[in-house]
Amino acid sequence: MATDSPHALELLGITCTFAAPGGGPSYTAVADTTLRVAAGEFVSVVGPTGCGKSTLLNVGAGLLAPSAGEVRVFGEPLRGLNRRAGYMFQTEALLPWRSALDNVMLGLQYRGVPDAQARAQAQDWLARVGLAGFGDRYPHQLSGGMRKRTALAQTLALDPDIILMDEPFSALDIQTRQLMEDEVLELWAARKKAVLFITHDLDEAIAMSDRVVVLSAGPATRPMGEFSIDLPRPRNVAEVRATPRFIELHTQIWGVLREEVLKGYQQQLKKAA
Amino acid sequence: MTLWQRFKPRTGNLRLWQVGVLLVFLGLWQLASRDVQLAFFLGEPIQVAGRVWSWFLPWAVAPNVLFPDGLSGNADIYRHLGTTLLETFLAFGIGTVLGLACGLWLALSPLASAILDPYIKAANAMPRVILAPIFAMWFGLGIWSKVALAVTLVFFIVFFNVYQGVREVSPVVLSNARMLGANQRQLLRTVYLPSATAWVFSSLHTSVGLAFVGAVVGEYLGSARGVGYLILQAEGTFDVNTVFAGIVVLTTFALLLDGLVGRIERRLMKWQPRQGETEKL
Repeated sequence: MATDSPHALELLGITCTFAAPGGGPSYTAVADTTLRVAAGEFVSVVGPTGCGKSTLLNVGAGLLAPSAGEVRVFGEPLRGLNRRAGYMFQTEALLPWRSALDNVMLGLQYRGVPDAQARAQAQDWLARVGLAGFGDRYPHQLSGGMRKRTALAQTLALDPDIILMDEPFSALDIQTRQLMEDEVLELWAARKKAVLFITHDLDEAIAMSDRVVVLSAGPATRPMGEFSIDLPRPRNVAEVRATPRFIELHTQIWGVLREEVLKGYQQQLKKAA
Repeated sequence: MTLWQRFKPRTGNLRLWQVGVLLVFLGLWQLASRDVQLAFFLGEPIQVAGRVWSWFLPWAVAPNVLFPDGLSGNADIYRHLGTTLLETFLAFGIGTVLGLACGLWLALSPLASAILDPYIKAANAMPRVILAPIFAMWFGLGIWSKVALAVTLVFFIVFFNVYQGVREVSPVVLSNARMLGANQRQLLRTVYLPSATAWVFSSLHTSVGLAFVGAVVGEYLGSARGVGYLILQAEGTFDVNTVFAGIVVLTTFALLLDGLVGRIERRLMKWQPRQGETEKL
């Protein structure tokens, strides 16, 4: 990872405007947003629902070209897909016709890693996410949490320098969720990759991150505030929630977020009316 | 316990009742065919069975009560049956490959699909059996005119299913594969093709059935061998028993093909959730 830039991912002055289908007024999801993630840093982005968090992540992944602004990856301007990033999606993204093991192997096979070697590495990653004996199961035979673990192994097996996560645990029950959060933190601590983590759950954001960025309600979302999370590591996401510093940070950030959530809610009501 | 309570239909003796329905039907048929005039149109189940016997088995039967003329053991249907099945398999194979290729191409190329859309709709709406005389002119009376007819039937089923299958690939799955580094060829091989195959399999029962229909109808319209040809010959001589025997043979083989497809499908599609099988853990 030889690089001069201290930042793994930089989103500079990003604006995303979508043309409305049928030629109506266009919709600006994200306006003039600048966001930097240092190498090895864990950054969470929180914001009200529908504020364009996923749009921002897709821009960082190179899946979506911004209307204005620039994306830099380790100092280099991004063209096309972000090859140094792994993306963990909010919804099911596993191939249903491949077993868990074959799904984890997928990225390695795309890279031309010989099958036997890819299989061994994939086995290794499955074991690391606690699914050692489940390689031959198809996604529909796994529980929601197991599918998420498989997706995590699939993303991490390629050893990306930047990990993009789009509300990866939002569909899980609270216990499974905390387990997964701890596991992700552990894996992250072992390798120190840059993580851009999107969530609508402030608790999750504070418990996991080095830095929390609050986005305003859409349309034309922009960052409202940035909070450095100085809780000591390693953290246990369940225990850290009870510490006074956590509560202090939570109150502070919620003060900013609350208004935006209300605004976002009002806008949705207006849209529905 | 009265007799009725013992034999009342329930899940346990379902098979018994199914056989019973068949026997009653055959009995009534046999009874009706005792009238000579009716028998001319309806045939006679015992004679139909005798016909099937001489078609399949090499052993002659001496004259007896049921068959006053005796039965010859010709075992001569295999040539015809083989021809019909060969046509079916050829048509099924060619139609599936063509449908798969065209479906993939049009689904991945929106421009081509937009240009060709009205023609595909027209070709699908056309009653394609009417192409049989044209195919007979082009390919002669051998097997290829039948294969061509059956291919036109199979092609559109597979084509539309593949088209649908590729269109319905989840955008998230697609983005995920791209983020994992797939190039266009790898996307085709690991995402589009398997997704399309799933749709092809869901239409396999229909398309194998239609391949069979195409082959038989083609033979019926003009040929020198095949089960359709046997039926046509028998009809020409008002031999209604042989026509019914041909129908029985065709039905049996259609059922066998369907069972075969079902087995292949279960083996290859084991990744698909079945009812009551999801979330097994």
